Amino acid sequence: MHIPDGFIDIPTSAAFAAASSVAVAGAVKGARKQLSEQSAPLAGLTAVFIFAVQMLNFPIAAGTSGHLIGAALAMVLVGPYAATLALVVVLIIQAFLFADGGLTALGLSIFNMAVISVWVSFIVFMILKKILPKKKSWLVVATFISALISVPAAAIGFVIQYAIGANATFSVGTVLNAMVGSHILIGIGEAIITALTVSAVLASRSDLVFGWDSKNSPLEIRS
Amino acid sequence: MKISNRKFFASAILISAILAGGVSFYASSSPDGLEKAAKDVGFIETAKDHSFGDFTLADYGFKGLENARLSVGFAGLIGVATTALIAMGLFRLIRKKAPNKNQ
Repeated sequence: MHIPDGFIDIPTSAAFAAASSVAVAGAVKGARKQLSEQSAPLAGLTAVFIFAVQMLNFPIAAGTSGHLIGAALAMVLVGPYAATLALVVVLIIQAFLFADGGLTALGLSIFNMAVISVWVSFIVFMILKKILPKKKSWLVVATFISALISVPAAAIGFVIQYAIGANATFSVGTVLNAMVGSHILIGIGEAIITALTVSAVLASRSDLVFGWDSKNSPLEIRS
Repeated sequence: MKISNRKFFASAILISAILAGGVSFYASSSPDGLEKAAKDVGFIETAKDHSFGDFTLADYGFKGLENARLSVGFAGLIGVATTALIAMGLFRLIRKKAPNKNQ
């Protein structure tokens, strides 16, 4: 879902770059309050892991592949603010070092994957956490569903950008159709990888997981 | 089975290095969801070449390395190291300092 230069016109790209900058500034502020000496290294590790796993395209239907975004993964592990920043670091390195994702389109890609994906998955995750029992297995279920939804959410972000400022004239409906189905399939891959990784961290160091309130005793009822 | 900070940290870096440096060779080279949609619908025509498309590491390969496995693996390891350096540095700057621990 790294957008190349040219798909979206320059004014729209500039507007989303501005919106992304505001979101990143907000994320720095939020992360400053949230990251401790314990969780800051985990945020760095999460970015590294996301970079590595984003290289691993897995096949989905008919000559199409997908790869992890990592937004939900980072959100559950280190919280939404640091997750946005981790994704931004990865996307910038990919664009500047590996020619993956256009430079003028960087603000568009950041908005979809580091802002929309992270915050949509965070909202879904918080709702599910409220509804579901406070057990590790249920936390993994909430993680799975948030990750699954985060991918089509980013795809819809692209469709909105296309609707506002595409350089092509194909109908928005056609683009929406072509984007959503494949990204639900990619979302299933995202959900599996995310759930497995979060399970591994929960098993080895649950105290580091942002989404798991290890400080609360299991008997405490939260309102 | 809680493991130590050091062990956790080392395992995460090692796993990332193995994935980016070794497993990446086996990744699917089919177009991703966005590229496929752009091809199917037709707006792929509007894509421009990447400004840095001729750089040494463009498209996750190391220019000049003939062996595909080495080329993508080496590019992957450089990516892991760069991400580690920048991300660790950034989050170190951002994190709040623990009180009474400043020497």
